[in-house]
Amino acid sequence: MSIEGKVKNLLNKNAEIKSGGGEKAVAKQKAQGKLFARDRIDALLDKGSFEEIDLFVEHDCQEFGMEKKVLNSDGVITGFGRINGRRVCVFAQDFTVAGGSLGIMHARKITKMMDLAARMDAPLIGINDSGGARIQEGVNSLAGYGEIFFRNTRYSGVIPQISVIIGPCAGGAVYSPALTDFVFTVDGISKMFITGPEVIKTVLGEEITMEELGGARTHCTVTGNAHFIAKDEKECFEQIRKLHSFLPSSFNKKSIRKKPKEPLNSFDIEKVMPSDPKKPFDVKELIKSLVDSSDFLEVQEHFAPNVVVGFARLYGQSIGIVANQPAYMAGVLDVNSSDKAARFVRFCDAFDIPLLTLVDIPGYLPGVDQEYAGVIRHGAKLLYAYSEATVPKLTLILRKAYGGGYIAMCSRHLGADFVYAWPTAEIAVMGPEGAANIIFRAEISAAADPELARREKVNEYTEKFCNPYVAASMGHIDGVIDPAETRKKLVRALNFARNKKDELPKKKHSNIPL
Amino acid sequence: MTEKSILNVDYTQYETTLSPAFLNRKNYQAPDPTMVKAMIPSVVVDIFVKPGDKVKKDDKLLTMEAMKMKNDTFSPLDGKVESITVKKGDRVAKGQLLIRLKHA
Repeated sequence: MSIEGKVKNLLNKNAEIKSGGGEKAVAKQKAQGKLFARDRIDALLDKGSFEEIDLFVEHDCQEFGMEKKVLNSDGVITGFGRINGRRVCVFAQDFTVAGGSLGIMHARKITKMMDLAARMDAPLIGINDSGGARIQEGVNSLAGYGEIFFRNTRYSGVIPQISVIIGPCAGGAVYSPALTDFVFTVDGISKMFITGPEVIKTVLGEEITMEELGGARTHCTVTGNAHFIAKDEKECFEQIRKLHSFLPSSFNKKSIRKKPKEPLNSFDIEKVMPSDPKKPFDVKELIKSLVDSSDFLEVQEHFAPNVVVGFARLYGQSIGIVANQPAYMAGVLDVNSSDKAARFVRFCDAFDIPLLTLVDIPGYLPGVDQEYAGVIRHGAKLLYAYSEATVPKLTLILRKAYGGGYIAMCSRHLGADFVYAWPTAEIAVMGPEGAANIIFRAEISAAADPELARREKVNEYTEKFCNPYVAASMGHIDGVIDPAETRKKLVRALNFARNKKDELPKKKHSNIPL
Repeated sequence: MTEKSILNVDYTQYETTLSPAFLNRKNYQAPDPTMVKAMIPSVVVDIFVKPGDKVKKDDKLLTMEAMKMKNDTFSPLDGKVESITVKKGDRVAKGQLLIRLKHA
């Protein structure tokens, strides 16, 4: 064969393999509102930037008639490319080929990308759309999954790892996304569960639809397994590109600094907050009036809404924000919000992203169900995460900071570098009502008019302790600031912290309560 | 945000939105040993007592089948069987009442 012939042969093979499961299968995929795997990669990455790896890998299964089957790309497309000019590694499972099922060669294509990403300091993005293990390959498919999970773990904290669930992701397969940093879902398309509805019905007699059990909304609101939800695939890829813009490419690189931009609206505390500290306000409005371009990318918006976490820029620098949300459950900390905030704090610390904590917390949510659910060990995670974090830590106390909540929300004592408070801050061991009931109990019950005595004690306590000045007098906070100067103070503190040096004591690794 | 409710934290009442989980919570009830309940969704395979029977602690009351395993349920106390609310072959939910006992 001539050289020209051989090249032509190659191009034909390329086209054949790139057709995936064939026209009919691709049409079926599209009919379900899902994109073809190759189109997904094109939608995610910068136009024309995708370099495919392992196009010619084939499955090696000789059982169950598999030796006669040709599975193009062995059901997964792998390679590298760019997002906003920055390098990333990507894999996309192809549902049109054997249901995107995972066999050992399919898995090894993925692990090759994982190793490449870690070696080349590039984030890894995995697009999951698979029926699960390829049963015909038996234990080899389990081996494949194991090799992936091992690398998800080993590379955790080395490079950002992002999972996209745009199709089924069932059984053991779910553990890969669970081990990654962020999970993206699409409403109506994502399905994620260990055991599906049919098995649950047969074995336990519980009836539930696939969507209710493991759909996008369930994972974004109930289980906390997912971090983002989009209305369609296009929006999902936009969200991924947006998240990526805040992150560095690896743990030893800094995130890109952009040009500083002012927030879109000016900040007016009287418009943002009610004067009655027992009335709610939306802390997201405050966040938007402080950050560059009022651009805040919230993470896990629908899970544990009583704490708000997400990314923004302050004077061009990427930061992670953690804030109590008084508008929801009075901004208390509980099991789910502690988990949500702690994981976010540890991610930011792993990737050198400074933290800004906004505090307005009345305490932890009381109740037997919280206690039985382990609010003690879950709550401990947040204290742990903040104490362990060596990134610059800025804290702003807006209103209430009572008791354990004061400590947990990145207080000076957990290593915050700069702690400011507004004049409306109330930094106290407990709220005035609680104080009256405990500290002054004897006095109140002995009084001629206990109700009047109680109100007097509440007022006395409020006067003396429900302010930031007692804490300021001990240096537990660095200053009480005029709310109108908030952004200026935060920007100066953040810029000053740029060269922070902080190291943990030498150890093999820590033992975070789980 | 949806309409405002009150959440009491350490004796202080805060105006806020309550979560569905909080609104639907069941207040804790101390377990009542005279109510023998199913620990897991299961099927009643065998019942070894009838109303009026005297029972001693750890006497076998019923056998339930769940997750392909047979699970025996034993009496938590010395007493009498007051009533049985299931029959052989019934599929029961977790927490469903099976037998009511009376202390001796």
